[in-house]
Amino acid sequence: MPFGTYKEVMALKAKDSKITGVSQDGGVVTALLCYALDKGVIDGALVAGKGETPWLPKPTIATTKEEIMAAAGTKYTINPVVSVIKDAVREQGLEKLAVVGTPCQIYAVQKMRLYPVGARHIPDKIALTIGIFCTENFSYAGLRTIIEDHCKVPVDSVTKMEIGGGKFKVKAAGKEVAIPIKETHKYEQEGCHVCSDLTAEFADISTGSIGTPEGWSTVFTRTTKGKDLLAKALADGIFEKKSMDEFKSPTAPPAPGKKPIKTGLDLLEQMDKQKKDKAKKTFDERKAMGLFVTPEILY
Amino acid sequence: MGLLDKLKSLFGGAPKAAPENKAPEPVKKEVLPPKKEEVKVTKPKVAYVHLSGCTGCLVSLADTYEKLLDVLGAVDMVYNLTLADARTLPEGKFDIAIVEGAVCLQDEESVHLIKEAREKAGLVVAYGDCAATGNVLNNSRGGQWNQPQHESFVPINRVIKVDAYIPGCPPSPEIIYNFCIAAVTGDTEYLKPFMANEAGGYHCGCDLNTRIIENSLCMGCGTCAASCPTRAIEMVYGRPSFNNIRCIKCGACSFACPRSFLPVNKIKGQIV
Ligand SMILES: Cc1cc2nc3c(=O)[nH]c(=O)nc-3n(C[C@H](O)[C@H](O)[C@H](O)COP(=O)(O)OP(=O)(O)OC[C@H]3O[C@@H](n4cnc5c(N)ncnc54)[C@H](O)[C@@H]3O)c2cc1C
Ligand code: SF4
Ligand code: SF4
Ligand code: SF4
Repeated sequence: MPFGTYKEVMALKAKDSKITGVSQDGGVVTALLCYALDKGVIDGALVAGKGETPWLPKPTIATTKEEIMAAAGTKYTINPVVSVIKDAVREQGLEKLAVVGTPCQIYAVQKMRLYPVGARHIPDKIALTIGIFCTENFSYAGLRTIIEDHCKVPVDSVTKMEIGGGKFKVKAAGKEVAIPIKETHKYEQEGCHVCSDLTAEFADISTGSIGTPEGWSTVFTRTTKGKDLLAKALADGIFEKKSMDEFKSPTAPPAPGKKPIKTGLDLLEQMDKQKKDKAKKTFDERKAMGLFVTPEILY
Repeated sequence: MGLLDKLKSLFGGAPKAAPENKAPEPVKKEVLPPKKEEVKVTKPKVAYVHLSGCTGCLVSLADTYEKLLDVLGAVDMVYNLTLADARTLPEGKFDIAIVEGAVCLQDEESVHLIKEAREKAGLVVAYGDCAATGNVLNNSRGGQWNQPQHESFVPINRVIKVDAYIPGCPPSPEIIYNFCIAAVTGDTEYLKPFMANEAGGYHCGCDLNTRIIENSLCMGCGTCAASCPTRAIEMVYGRPSFNNIRCIKCGACSFACPRSFLPVNKIKGQIV
């Protein structure tokens, strides 16, 4: 099934304007974490906080709403979030952790739950996993090159960056620059090219921007835990909700010579397939070169 | 097919007809009301062999707390110097030897014990990193009183054939429990990574370079850094950077890395 197994899919936007003021898309991640913290479902969350270097995220253990809010927004470079999981449990004594991560980070956590090597007393402390959609990530040097050399803005002036509609966009001090996504391909992290997971198929809840208009998020609930938490949040009025049907592809036939326009879940499905096909191709090429490729990484 | 045969066939040994070891019920059910036929169950006979180890692995087994009873209840412990009186390995064959610690090649007694365990045991499990990878004992170099000649300490697979490795310094109580449950329920899929040859023998933080990064597989999740017991790994710009002097050669990092193996089916089973 495309997008892995899931229970429900919907479009959401947080109602709290403080959250949507700082969040990347519908603020689903930030609003859910704050809600779960309020309700005692979690006592901390592993997120991508701000580091000293501009736009280089720092894996952060957030235990307050302020810390969760401060980590909102996408940083398009690697945030090794799993690296602090033991610190959260050992040093901070947290017992109900949420982990926010890209699909690969979510499966790292799920593997750790099954094979906790060097992770004594960790598996039962993982209370919630929130996955964010991911097509690829960039090294920090790559991201800086994209911003400074291609977009021609100083990295420390950037207030938001975004990928969508085939463009890499940055907002910086009164300026908006967009470059074709094609220009960024060579800065993609090599390890991403065997990744066949776009929609964080192994998380309790996964969310991303593809499939919904600006300011909204596409959200999957995958586990009973994820579904129950979201149902409670909805009942408590945390989110505005729409059905994914509202964003369906246009039914009118495409203009002659044009490809049909895809939106909503159709678009997401198409991109999911593209990602899986590309991963398979890379896998086969690397294998043919005699490189080690992770068994079972394709699914 | 009996459990031991199933396990053996996993790594190529031809299954032989062996006495049926009926698996106890999966452990979710706390109290097992024994059914009539199950009264005849022969529990696997297990010997705990202690070589050059620190007993931390055994302590970690005890750290499964109340689940220890499940684990011990599922087996018949025939030899364990720390916990029971038997001074020598039992006469004749037994089912499983769980080995803690590396082998000191200059200590005749140790070399003899591990060889005897191999001859008598159906399966040998290298339990903990000293047995599995040599671990911190890779740094041994002799020259200390009062056996200055005791200098070569090797993972047990340098001396005998090993059937499974349980990594960790020490293995976490959870992984011990999972391993035992998988073994008694015949969950060979879960056990496979423990039986892979690369799980044993010399390991080092540089495995992350040679096995993961050099193969363009690292994606910067940081799992390796979390799993390292000595904080030898720091994530720098999304890649592990490891301190060779701090590294105790336990191999936890490469086993834990989701790009060394990814148990997709098992993970899917967890997403409920
Ligand atoms: C590298 C990357 C690539 C992405 N690619 C896509 C894509 O192709 N299509 C798509 O639909 N969505 C993609 N996303 C997800 C999208 O950008 C948003 O993160 C997501 O929609 C959540 O929005 P939100 O408003 O709910 O989150 P917010 O409320 O803004 O919270 C975002 C959360 O993500 C965490 N985070 C930020 N940066 C990182 C990072 N680098 N690594 C791990 N966690 C991080 C933050 O700490 C925060 O908790 C990508 C995200 C990343 C990090
Ligand atoms: S593309 Fe895959 S491997 Fe790369 S960051 Fe995203 S989830 Fe991780
Ligand atoms: S665990 Fe593996 S993939 Fe993750 S950062 Fe370490 S080497 Fe890279
Ligand atoms: S770097 Fe750490 S986890 Fe890896 S082998 Fe060395 S001590 Fe073990």
